[in-house]
Amino acid sequence: MKIVMAIIKPFKLEEVRDALTAIGVHGLTVTEVKGYGRQKGHTEIYRGAEYAVSFLPKIKIEVAVTDDLVAKVIEAITAAARTGQIGDGKIFVSSIEKAVRIRTGETDGDAL
Amino acid sequence: MNNKTLNRAGLVGLAFAAMAGAALAQTPAAPPAPVPNKGDTAFMMSSTILVLLMTVPGLALFYGGLVRSKNMLSVLTQVFAIVCIVSLMWIIFGYSLAFTNGGGLNDFVGGFSKAFLRGVDGNSVAATFSNGVVIPEYVYIAFQMTFACITPALIVGAFAERMKFSALLLFIVLWVTFIYFPMAHMVWYWGGPDAVGNAAKALADAGTDGKAAAQAALDAVNADAGMLFKWGALDFAGGTVVHINAGIAGLVGCVLIGKRIGFGRELMAPHSLTMTLIGAALLWVGWFGFNAGSNLEANGTAALAMINTFVATAAAAVAWLFVEWAVKGKPSMLGMVSGAVAGLVAVTPAAGFAGPMGSIVLGLVAGAVCFVFCSTVKNALGYDDSLDVFGIHCVGGIIGALATGILVNQALGGAGIPDYSTKPGELVAATYEFGTAFMAQLKAVLFTLVFSGVGSAILYKIVDVIVGLRVAPDQEREGLDIAEHGERAYHD
Repeated sequence: MKIVMAIIKPFKLEEVRDALTAIGVHGLTVTEVKGYGRQKGHTEIYRGAEYAVSFLPKIKIEVAVTDDLVAKVIEAITAAARTGQIGDGKIFVSSIEKAVRIRTGETDGDAL
Repeated sequence: MNNKTLNRAGLVGLAFAAMAGAALAQTPAAPPAPVPNKGDTAFMMSSTILVLLMTVPGLALFYGGLVRSKNMLSVLTQVFAIVCIVSLMWIIFGYSLAFTNGGGLNDFVGGFSKAFLRGVDGNSVAATFSNGVVIPEYVYIAFQMTFACITPALIVGAFAERMKFSALLLFIVLWVTFIYFPMAHMVWYWGGPDAVGNAAKALADAGTDGKAAAQAALDAVNADAGMLFKWGALDFAGGTVVHINAGIAGLVGCVLIGKRIGFGRELMAPHSLTMTLIGAALLWVGWFGFNAGSNLEANGTAALAMINTFVATAAAAVAWLFVEWAVKGKPSMLGMVSGAVAGLVAVTPAAGFAGPMGSIVLGLVAGAVCFVFCSTVKNALGYDDSLDVFGIHCVGGIIGALATGILVNQALGGAGIPDYSTKPGELVAATYEFGTAFMAQLKAVLFTLVFSGVGSAILYKIVDVIVGLRVAPDQEREGLDIAEHGERAYHD
C-alpha cells in the first residue's frame, strides 16, 4: 500500500479527480494549502503598501492505493495536472503500514 | 452653514428693534414670523438619516474591510460606539457649545444656554440660508449631530489595529469637546440671513438721526459669529470642520501612538475589499445628505450641491484609477474607491459654491494628488496612518477648501460669495476678489491645522498619561477583536 500525495494548481482539481476516477480510484482527500517552490509569489499593492506574497494557494490531494496502482495513479495525476508552466506542483509517494476501514473493521487492501 | 436659531418671539423682538432704529420712517407692519416648509423639513430629515448611513454602516464597513480580519470588530465597535457617545454629548452640551452665543469667548466657542436643549421645543425654528425660510430646530440639531458623530469616527482609521478601546473613548470625548464643538462654532455660527437682512434694512431705512444706531445694530449682528466665519472663510459642508480637522488629528495620533508591530515587514493586506467597496458606496450615497443637506433647505443650491457631489466623486475616482494604472501598472478597485472618497472630501467645502465644471476639475486634482500622497509621500515620510485618514481626508480637505476660494467665482461657474446686506431681504453674490477669497480660505486651513494638530497632540498626551494609548504587544499580535472585545468576526 502506498499513499500518493500531490500538490497541484487549484483549478486542476476537477481534471485530476476525473482522471483518477477513470483508472478506478474511488477515494480522495483534498486540502487547501499554501506554499512556494520554483514559482515565485506575486506583488500585491494596496494604496501605497506593496507586499510580496510568496505563499501561493495550492491544492493538496492524498490518495491511498494498492502497490499495483501506484504507477497508473502517478501517470494520471501528471497528465491531468500538467500545464507546462512552473508551479504545476509535485507528487510524493510513501508507504503505508496499515489501513483500517472504520465502519467494518476491514484492514489493508480491503480497506482501500 | 447656518446656525443661529430664532424662535418666533425673538423674531418679533428683532422686528421691533428694527423699527426703533427707523425712528423717522413710517411704522411698517411687523412681518409674520416664518414657519417651516414641510418640503424643507422632510428633505432635512432625510438628509440627516443619510449622514447617519454614511457612518454606520458606511464608514464602519469601509474601514473594517481595510484592516486584518483579527481587527475587524474593533473598528466596527469603535465607529459605532463613537456615534452613540457623541450623539448623547451633542444633545447634552455639544449643540449649545457649537451653536449658541459664547459671550466673551464667542469668537471661539458657544455657551451653555441650550445645554440639555433648554428652551427648544417642537415650535423652535432654525435659520437657513434664505431670508424668511426656517426649519424646525430639532431637525437642525439632529442634522448637525450626525456631523459631530462622523468627524471623530473618521480619525479611528489613522491608528486602527493598535489603539486601546478605553483610550479611544476617552480621547474622543475630549476631542469633540475641545476641538470639534469649537471648530463647528468658529466656522458655522452666525446670525442667519434674517438677522443680517433685517438689520441691514433698518440701516437703509434709518434717517440721519438713526444711522449711527442702526449701523451699530448691524455691526453687532455681523459680529455675533464664529471667528473663521468672520474671516470670510467658506465651508459649505465641512472641509475644515470635518475633514482637515479629523485628518490632522489622525496624523498626530498615528505618529504619537507609533507604527503597528511588523509595519513594513509583515503582510497587512486588507481582509475584505468587498466590504470596503460596500462601505465606500454607502459613503457616496450618504454624502448627498451631507452636502446637499448642508444647504438646509430643498432649493436650487441643494440641487447644485447634489450635482457637484456626483461629478467631483466620479472625476476623482477616474483620476486615481488612471494615474495608478499609469504609475503602478494596474488599476485597482481599492484605488478607485479611495479616489471616490477623496473626491467626496474635496467637494464637501465647495458643494454649494462651485459650479459642476469646476467640481469636475476639483475632483480630478483631488484624486491625483491624494494618490501621490498615499502612495509616495506617506512611504517617504514613514508614518503609519493605517487607513490613510491624513492622505485622503486632510489632503483632500485642504485641496477642497482652497479650491472653494477659487471656484466660488461666478466667472468660473461658481455661485458667488453670499451677501445678505447689500440688498436686505435677499441673497446676492458679493463682488469676487481672488486675493481676499483665497486668503480667507488659506487662513482657515492653516488655523484648522494648527488648532486641531496642537490641540489633539495635547489630548493624546493626557489620555496616554491616564490610561495609555496602546494595547500590549501580545494583544496587538493576537488582534484587538479577541484581546479587547472577546469575540471574533469570522469563524472558519
